Amino acid sequence: MKWLGTILLGGSLLLPPLLAGDFYINLASQILIAAIFALSLNLLVGFGGMTSLGHASYLGVAAYISALLTSRYGFGHGAAAFISILGTAAMAAAFGVIALRASGIGFLMITLALSQVLWGLAYRMSDITNGDNGITGLTRPAPFGISLETPVAFYWFVLIVATIAFVMMGIFVSSAFGSSLKGVRDQPRRMAALGFNPWLIRWITFVYSGFWGGVSGLLYVYYNQYIHPSSLSTTTSAEALLGVIAGGSGTLGGPAVGAALVLLLKNYASAYIERWNMLLGLVFLFIVLVMPAGIVPGVSRLMSGLRRGPR
Amino acid sequence: MQFWIIQGLNSLSLGGLLFLLSSGFSLIFGLMRLANLTHGAFFMLGTYFAATALRSFEGLNLWVTALGTGVLVAAIGGLFERLVLTRLRGNPLGQVLVTLGMSFIISDACLMIWGGDSIPVPTPRNLQAPTHLFGFVFPTYRLVLVGLAVVAAMSLYLLLERTRLGAMIRAGVDDPQMARAVGIPVSNLFTIVFCLGAGIAGAAGVLGGPILSAYPGLDADMLPLALIVVILGGIGSLLGAFVGSFLIGFIYTFGTALFPELAYIILFLPMILVIAFRPQGLFGRVGA
Repeated sequence: MKWLGTILLGGSLLLPPLLAGDFYINLASQILIAAIFALSLNLLVGFGGMTSLGHASYLGVAAYISALLTSRYGFGHGAAAFISILGTAAMAAAFGVIALRASGIGFLMITLALSQVLWGLAYRMSDITNGDNGITGLTRPAPFGISLETPVAFYWFVLIVATIAFVMMGIFVSSAFGSSLKGVRDQPRRMAALGFNPWLIRWITFVYSGFWGGVSGLLYVYYNQYIHPSSLSTTTSAEALLGVIAGGSGTLGGPAVGAALVLLLKNYASAYIERWNMLLGLVFLFIVLVMPAGIVPGVSRLMSGLRRGPR
Repeated sequence: MQFWIIQGLNSLSLGGLLFLLSSGFSLIFGLMRLANLTHGAFFMLGTYFAATALRSFEGLNLWVTALGTGVLVAAIGGLFERLVLTRLRGNPLGQVLVTLGMSFIISDACLMIWGGDSIPVPTPRNLQAPTHLFGFVFPTYRLVLVGLAVVAAMSLYLLLERTRLGAMIRAGVDDPQMARAVGIPVSNLFTIVFCLGAGIAGAAGVLGGPILSAYPGLDADMLPLALIVVILGGIGSLLGAFVGSFLIGFIYTFGTALFPELAYIILFLPMILVIAFRPQGLFGRVGA
């Protein structure tokens, strides 16, 4: 049953280029990018029990590094991508050392403060980042000489990266290390008593999560061909966190579904109203108050209840 | 010399504002274990209210406006606490997320009502003339602001240390279960403290208005400053909020004046140092 669902879902990802127009193919690309971003955040939130409100840092910094290197310093896309991912992971390593001095709400506050500082920097260091105007006129890479300018080609590229990301993160959480991570989330003291190093486990997860956040940032900037300080804002972090929570933190597929829902909501809502932030806030209130376990676990509980029949 | 004196005074007045902002945040966190991310939005709401009130009613007193706005924002905060936060007792993560959601709602509502342009808040007329002191010229309003922050700090200290309400709050901070067991209505205390914190933030927004003016994104500018102050000073500590505010006031003002592009990085450093060597903050007793 579970395999059937996975195959159906995976197969449906192959459909957009065959059936839909450019608008929907682009939308599907955006959903996949948001899904990678939400999944990387979920490593922290769901599997590590570390709620970060600064995950936009990794998306934004990777995007900015790549944008600056390719547009201003004449780097090729391959080298720029390598440096930006490496730089983002290094930043995650440093931020992890700082933020993991605290846990729970303290961790959340420190990650929020750090990302807000980056956001302020992106606005104010206008010599480098071009401030509120953002950096325009960016190009997409052409891996192995294949142009990614058309929506379909770009969708295939994102789909390949997303598949790798999904598999890699799946291996990560289902490995022995992933089990120790869940152990540290639930029983840090016992894990320490058993000879594990909770801090190190959390820190490695933090860096790994930052790494995939950086990958999604690269895809983000390739897709938009434009970067603005708002990619570093709390709103970006909050959208991903909402996706994680709405989809069900701690599940592998949930956050991808949640991220897709948030993105679709954002796209459709902004066609009718300007007030995306207000809607985002209201959805936050709704999800936390009404569906605290998330939509995917809620629906799957409903499904299994139906299968077993009424009691 | 004039530069240093003026920037010093600017630092003090920003520090005073930050204290008004972060003392409420710290108080709420200390009692409720709740990081109130709506705090920046409450501050901004105060500034916008002041801008509207002072520009539409000629001759309205800034201090009366601050008081009235404080009460109004306290009422909004109280409603939010009663209607939403109480449902999420024992779910600290959920509480933080709804305060985040609330901050989005408030800041977007402000953008909807007041538009995207910044609205200046007039300085009280009798404080517009500069003060001459020891051969230097000071902006009077900023001097008054520093005095106000000190008065507010002393009143809060007296409230917490010398009144019955303060004793109950301290008991609730130290051991909520025991406090409940001896008959202290901790749940009502939560509401009172949340109102108090929100009200102070709203009043601070009014008082900061003449310096900062009301603009969209003011909340996003102020919230990280408040976070850094309380992380630095120690979460839940009034003294920590006081020292941290003036420290950050100085660092931010001088940083912006001397190295405008690096001010944000300079803001980072004390926080990182404190987290590295004293994670509970300068005056904090318990780690967050």
